[in-house]
Amino acid sequence: MIDEDYIKSLLDKHSFLSHRESIDCFTVDCPAEDLVSFLKALRDHEGFELLIDLTAIDHGEGADIRFSTVIHLYSLVHRGYIRVHSACLNNDEPTIPSVSSIYPAANWHERETFDMFGIQFSEHPNLKRILMWDEYPYFPLRKEFPLAGIDTPLPADDVVEVTQASVEPAPMMGGPFVSPGSGVISDSEPRAKDESWTEEKEKKS
Amino acid sequence: MSTTTKEISVGDIGARGAEASSKLDGDKMALNVGPSHPTTHGVLRLIMELNGDLIDKCEPVLGYLHRGDEKIAENMTYNQFVPYTDRLDYLAPLANNVAYALAVEKLTDIEIPPRCQAIRVLVCEMARISSHLLGMGVFGMDAGAWTPFMYTFTEREKLYTLFEELTGARFTTSYTRIGGVSRDIPEGWLDRVQKFVDELPKAIAEVEKLLTRNRIFLDRTEGIGEISKEDALAYGLTGPNLRAAGVDLDLRKDKPYSGYEQYDFDVPIGTRGDCYDRYLVRIEEVLQSIRIIKQVIKDFPTGAWYAEDAKKIFAPPKEKILSSMEELIQNFMIVTEGPQIPAGEVYFEAENPKGALGFYIVSKGGGVPYRMKIRAPSFCNLSILEKLAPGHMLSDITVILGSLDFVMGECDR
Repeated sequence: MIDEDYIKSLLDKHSFLSHRESIDCFTVDCPAEDLVSFLKALRDHEGFELLIDLTAIDHGEGADIRFSTVIHLYSLVHRGYIRVHSACLNNDEPTIPSVSSIYPAANWHERETFDMFGIQFSEHPNLKRILMWDEYPYFPLRKEFPLAGIDTPLPADDVVEVTQASVEPAPMMGGPFVSPGSGVISDSEPRAKDESWTEEKEKKS
Repeated sequence: MSTTTKEISVGDIGARGAEASSKLDGDKMALNVGPSHPTTHGVLRLIMELNGDLIDKCEPVLGYLHRGDEKIAENMTYNQFVPYTDRLDYLAPLANNVAYALAVEKLTDIEIPPRCQAIRVLVCEMARISSHLLGMGVFGMDAGAWTPFMYTFTEREKLYTLFEELTGARFTTSYTRIGGVSRDIPEGWLDRVQKFVDELPKAIAEVEKLLTRNRIFLDRTEGIGEISKEDALAYGLTGPNLRAAGVDLDLRKDKPYSGYEQYDFDVPIGTRGDCYDRYLVRIEEVLQSIRIIKQVIKDFPTGAWYAEDAKKIFAPPKEKILSSMEELIQNFMIVTEGPQIPAGEVYFEAENPKGALGFYIVSKGGGVPYRMKIRAPSFCNLSILEKLAPGHMLSDITVILGSLDFVMGECDR
């Protein structure tokens, strides 16, 4: 069981941690430079053997710390979770140490996080895109990336030569819908987010 | 709405696949499997380096089914995302629906009435049976045994008929709502489920007769694709694949949700972690699911199948909306502004047929999640392939893939 006493002992052992209130599980903030040693200690001495998930949050352009990573670990000994937040240094070229040397499971998770957010995991053995194709120029889960997508060249040159095709943004007509959630009711009705173009109206370039 | 279609020629894919070959210096051969190949159960592509018949290196290439579900989730209200969860593990949509609903409910702190919990456990276990039936059948097929597939598919068909009665859809069920389910169970439906689970063991016995002691099947699966306990944990495996490797982790037991603690069932654990163990674990899990379903039906709770609080947050009852002014306004506000969810972050995972399906939701209040990460079991389970495949024969790769029982809809999201 992860109880008050256990949390206290863990926080005492690792002075660089700061406890964060959370409604569901034990959550700590860990500075990026201590992340690897902390996770190694968690695996080797605290029984957190299973890296469940590794992902990132984009706090939006203009935030003090724009990107932070979130790691969820599960312990078979304690039958409980721990959540580790760590802020990425440098907002323009976010970087964080890779933990794939400790948990091989992190390898693909980190590749996905790099793919979606453009966070560099230093010391990662094979940091390349995993869901999007290798030549893809954007990071889709960043907040400024539009839901519809951005016009992008096709990765296959031989196909482009014949068809002149490219990867086009998805037509936004018919959903998915969003509600701005504030203002006059008539303005806050759910609507397609990007309405800059329809069948009748040309897309603004 | 008019649509335009454009024909795109894709050039010579074979030629592009041969590219990897030209990088090797002649001793080895590069083999490209997929993205569309019967072995890969979807659109997975494997680039392998072969030394004769032995695999030296295997690199999975993913993303052919990537739809950006997480981006979509950030742009719609909580209930609107339910249909998208169907399309994660599309072999067990009901289990995904339930996992997602439970994750959001954890954030909102809604208390679910017992009847609703029982319905959810029931559909989760039915989804598990449906997924494992397909998994086992296809696994047999991958190993060269066609007949078991016919038996399991027949049973699965019956399940789909039951799903259709319950949800209106056979495949993409979208059954749960935040705080409840979309409708109560139909009259007489429980009896038909009971009849189904009474008859199912007969079909399982047939499959077992065909596979479990079958010499050819044993030769092809025993000792193949062995995953040690340590490796299984290190690579973040969950579900039957982890348990086959000998790790006792079942979230229904260890982190009971939706009232699983009331039911009596055993968790099968493997010893060797090979393909054969993974098959045995799935067979046993189906039998245990039947056990759970029988217990649920025996003591089926009466009462509300929708949480009282959910009416204020998600939707008032339909008949009230049409007859009462207050509920009409409430419904209007919920539809236009989205349900108001408290700020906070929450991680919830449920024991799905393929492993632990988790949702990490960051809310800043309001009707739309700020960030939603979907932790897909198939994604993690596949990541071991790079380590697992080398050293095996090319013909083993079909068996290994079949035994891992992954689904690309969830892997690529």
